[in-house]
Amino acid sequence: MAVADSHADEHHDHDHHDHGEFIAHHFDNAEQQFDSGKLGIWVFLVTEVLFFSGLFVAYILYRNHHPEIFEQAHVFLDKWLGGVNTVVLLFSSLTMALAVRAAQLGKNKQVALMVLITMVCAAVFLGVKAVEYSHKWDMGILVRSAFDAPTLAAALNDGVHPEPTVILGLKFSKWLVTLSIVPAVLLVAFLIASGVAKGMNKDIMSKFMACMAITVGGYFIGLLGGYFYQEMTADSHGSHAMVTPADQDGPMVLYALTQDEDHDEKAHAEEEGHEHEHGEDDDHDHAEGAHAEGEHDHGHEHGSSHGPKVDPADYNRDIGIFFSIYYCMTGLHAIHIIGGIAALAWILYRSLAGHWREDYFGPVDYVGLYWHLVDLIWIYLFPMLYLID
Amino acid sequence: MATADVRQKLFGHADQNNFLNCSSGFKSWAFTLDHKRIGIMYLIGVTAALFLAGFFALWLRVHLWTHGTNLDPEAAMEGFGRVSDVAYNKLFTLHGAIMVFAFIIPSIPAALGNFVLPMMLGAKDVAFPRLNLASFYLWIFGTGFLITALINGSLDTGWTFYTPYSIQSNTGVIYATFGAFILGFSSIFTGINFLVTINTMRPKGMTWFKMPLFLWSLYATSIIQILATPVLGITLLLLICERVMHIGIFDPVYGGDPVLFQHFFWFYSHPAVYIMILPGMGVISELIAVYSQKKIFGYSFIAFSSVAIALVGFLVWGHHMFTSGQSPVVNVVFSAITFTVAIPSAVKVFNWLGTMYKGSIIFTTPMCYALAFIFLFGIGGLTGLFLAALSTDIHFHDTYFVVAHFHYVMVGGTLTALLGGVFHWWPKMFGRIPNDFMGRIGCLLVFLGFNVTFFPQFVMGARGMPRRYASYDPEFQIFHQWSTVGAFILGGGVLLSAIVLIYSVFKGPRCGGNPYRAASMEWQSSSPPDFHNFAHKPVVNDPYDFDCMVFDDGVDGYVHVDFMDPKQVPEKADPEKVH
Repeated sequence: MAVADSHADEHHDHDHHDHGEFIAHHFDNAEQQFDSGKLGIWVFLVTEVLFFSGLFVAYILYRNHHPEIFEQAHVFLDKWLGGVNTVVLLFSSLTMALAVRAAQLGKNKQVALMVLITMVCAAVFLGVKAVEYSHKWDMGILVRSAFDAPTLAAALNDGVHPEPTVILGLKFSKWLVTLSIVPAVLLVAFLIASGVAKGMNKDIMSKFMACMAITVGGYFIGLLGGYFYQEMTADSHGSHAMVTPADQDGPMVLYALTQDEDHDEKAHAEEEGHEHEHGEDDDHDHAEGAHAEGEHDHGHEHGSSHGPKVDPADYNRDIGIFFSIYYCMTGLHAIHIIGGIAALAWILYRSLAGHWREDYFGPVDYVGLYWHLVDLIWIYLFPMLYLID
Repeated sequence: MATADVRQKLFGHADQNNFLNCSSGFKSWAFTLDHKRIGIMYLIGVTAALFLAGFFALWLRVHLWTHGTNLDPEAAMEGFGRVSDVAYNKLFTLHGAIMVFAFIIPSIPAALGNFVLPMMLGAKDVAFPRLNLASFYLWIFGTGFLITALINGSLDTGWTFYTPYSIQSNTGVIYATFGAFILGFSSIFTGINFLVTINTMRPKGMTWFKMPLFLWSLYATSIIQILATPVLGITLLLLICERVMHIGIFDPVYGGDPVLFQHFFWFYSHPAVYIMILPGMGVISELIAVYSQKKIFGYSFIAFSSVAIALVGFLVWGHHMFTSGQSPVVNVVFSAITFTVAIPSAVKVFNWLGTMYKGSIIFTTPMCYALAFIFLFGIGGLTGLFLAALSTDIHFHDTYFVVAHFHYVMVGGTLTALLGGVFHWWPKMFGRIPNDFMGRIGCLLVFLGFNVTFFPQFVMGARGMPRRYASYDPEFQIFHQWSTVGAFILGGGVLLSAIVLIYSVFKGPRCGGNPYRAASMEWQSSSPPDFHNFAHKPVVNDPYDFDCMVFDDGVDGYVHVDFMDPKQVPEKADPEKVH
C-alpha cells in the first residue's frame, strides 16, 4: 500500500522539490520509507492472491466433481475475445514496467505517457468484457439460479434476441447500452472538467482530465472492437468455438436435480411457443442471430428449420454453476481492474505534477506491482475458463 | 547526562505536552494519524462492543435459569427474562458474532498493539498511519453493519453463518456478513501495518531476537491476519452472492456444496482463534517478566512457539468438521496435526512458569490477571485435546463441553490478557495509576465468576447438554443456574475493572514514565507520552534485563542506568517501590 506516501499529494503545487519532501515524518530516511512501502505492497498482494484463492478452490472442486459441466459450458466463451484481452493486458504490463523504469530515471513525461497507455489498455479490456457479458445475458447464460435454458436454446436455434437499442444505425444489446451509461457519463464529465480546468488555468488538472477522458475512450474502443468482431464472425459463419449438445457423444444431462425437471418441461413447452412466434420473421432473426457467437459447426443456415434443433432440456441447468464461477471470478477481476485504473490515475496525476525523481519513485513501483498481479490473475483465468478441452 | 528539567520532560509526568492534550476537538481525534490516539479509540470501541455482546450473554443466561419447553417457537416462555426459541437463536448469534468479529479479534492487536507496538520499537508511528486510521474506520463501519443486522431483522444463524441455513434464514444475514467482511479488511490492514512496521522500523541494535515477546506474538498474529482473513472475505462475499443470486456454490438446492462453506469458513476461523489468543500470550509474556523482575526464561522458545502456532494453526481447520462427513483418513490427519498445536502452547506455559520460578513476584493487578490467564488457558488448552481426539469428539461435538472449552480460551485467555495488559499499560496511556486494590478485587471477581460460569458447562456438556438449545432437561438445571450466577459475577468483575480504570484517569495518582520497573522501550517516554512518543532517541536495551533499571527520585520512576542522574546513588531493586 502506498498510503504512507500519499501525504505528498498536498505538495503537488510545488514545482521544485527539496530532499525529503515526500518522506513521512515517522521514517528515518527515504530508503526506509521505500522498503516499508515495498514490503507493504507485496504483503497486500499476498492477501489479494488469497482473496482469489477461494474462487480457485471452488473452481477446482466443481471441475473435479462435474467435468462434464465445464466441457459443456466453456464453449459459450469466445476464446478470441478472451485472447485479445489477454494480449491487451500483457501489453499493458509492458507499458507499466516501462513506466516504472521511466520513474526510476525521473522522466515524468514518459511515466505519464506509459501510465496513460496502461490505463487505456485497462479500459479496452473492460469494453471487450462488457461485450462478452451483455451477449451472455442476452442468451440467458446467467448464474445458476437464473440460468435460462429456454432462452439459450432459442438463441442457438434461431438467434433470438431481445429488442436491440439502435444507435447510429448499429444495433446494440440493451445490456451493453446499460453497462455503457456510466462510462459515457464519465467521458462527458471528464471532457467538461478538462475544459473548466483549462479555463481556470489549472494546467495539470486540465491535462489530467483530458487523459482520463482518453482512458474512458479506451472502453468504447474495446466495446466497438468486440461488437464488430461479433458482427463479422457471425456474418461469415467463421470458425466458432461453439458446439451444440448434438455434437457431443452421449447424453448431455448427466446431473439433473429433480426440482428442475418440472421447470425444464414447462420451459420446453413455453419455448416451443416461442419458436413458433419467431419462425415468422426468420429474416429479421438472421441479422440478429448473427450476434450469437454461438453458431453450430454444422454450418446450417440461421433460422432455417433443418439441422438438429437445440432442446432446452439438453442443457443441464447445472452448467449455470460454471457461469456462477465465471461471473464471480471475472467480476472480481474486473473490480480489481477498475481499482487499478483508480490507482493508476493517482500515479498519472503525480506524474503530470512531476513528482518522480531518481530517489523517489516508490508509488509508481507499488502500483506497478499491483497491476502486474491483476494481469497475472487474468493469465490464470483465461486458460482456466476459456481454454478447457 | 541531562539537566533536571530535561530529565523531567523525558521521563516524568507529562502535564504540559502529551499526545492527549497536544490538540483537542472532535476533528483532532477523528482525523488523527497518531497510533496512540487510534489505539485509544479502538480501546473505547472494543469495550463498547464487549459490553453490548456481554449484555446479550447475560440475557441468554437469564433465559436459561429455568428449563421448560414451549411448543410455539415464536412465543416467549413464562418467567423473568425468558424469550422465545426464535429470539434465543438471535441472542446467542448476536452475542457470538459481535464478541468474535467486533471485540476479540481487534481487542489486543488493534487497541493495545496500536498503542504499544511502535513505542516498543522506539518508532514515532506505525509504517502506514493512514492505513491505520482507515482500519479503524473500517472497524466502525463493519460494527455498524453488525448493529444494522441487529436492528434489521436480527440474525439467527450462529456466528458461523453455516450454509444452507444462512441462505434460507430471513434475518439480516447480508448486513451481518457484509459487516464481518468489512471487519476482515480492518483486520488485514492492521496486520499489514504491524508486519511491515516490525520488519522495517526496528531501531538499530534491536535484532529479531532482541525484540520484546509481545512484538513476536503480534508478528505471528499479523501473519495469520494476512494469510487467513482474505479467505473469509471471499467466503462471505460468495455467501452474499449466494443469498442474492443463488449462484449454486454453497446452496445444495442449486447443486452447491454446503460443506465447502464450512471448509472455507474454518480455513479462516480456526487461524482466527490464534489471532485471538496469540496477542494475549504476548501480553502475558511481558507481564510475567516485569512482575517477576526476572529475565524471561527461554526467550527464543517463546518467540518460535508463537510463529509455530501461527503456521500449524493453518493446518487444523478440519477438526471442526469431524462429524460433517469428511473421510476418515482426513479426520485422522487433522486430529494428529491438532494435537501438535499443544506443543508450542505448552512450551509457552512452561516458560512462563520457569520465569516466575525464583523471581521476585509482585502481585499487582496485571500480574494477577497473568496468573489467572495461565490457569484458565491451561484448562482451555487441555480440554481442547478431548475435542481433538476423534473418539471423544464424537461425544462432545456440539455440546456445552465445546462451549466451555472455547470460552476458557477466548474469555479466560484473551479477555484476562486484555484486562491485564490494559492495567499494565494504563499508566503509560494516561499517566495515572489505577487503584491496585480495587483492580485486584476486579480480577478476583473475573476469575471466580468465570470459573463458576464455565466449569459447570464442562460437566453438563460431558453429560450430553447440546449447545445452542433454548430449553433443556431438568437434570441440567443446577448447572445452568451455577452458570448464570457466575456470568453475573464475571460481568460485575469486568464492570468493576472498567470503573476502576476510568476513575483513575481523573482521580488516580500521577506516575512517572516507568512506575513498574519495566525495561522495554515504551517505558522510556514520559507518561503519557509526547506526541512523537519520545522526546529523545530511546536507548535500545535488553527488554528483559531488569537489573539495569534503577529508581530515580527526580522523575518518580525507573530509568535505564545510562540515564541515571550521576549525582544519585543507584538503588538496588526494591519491590516495595513498585506501585
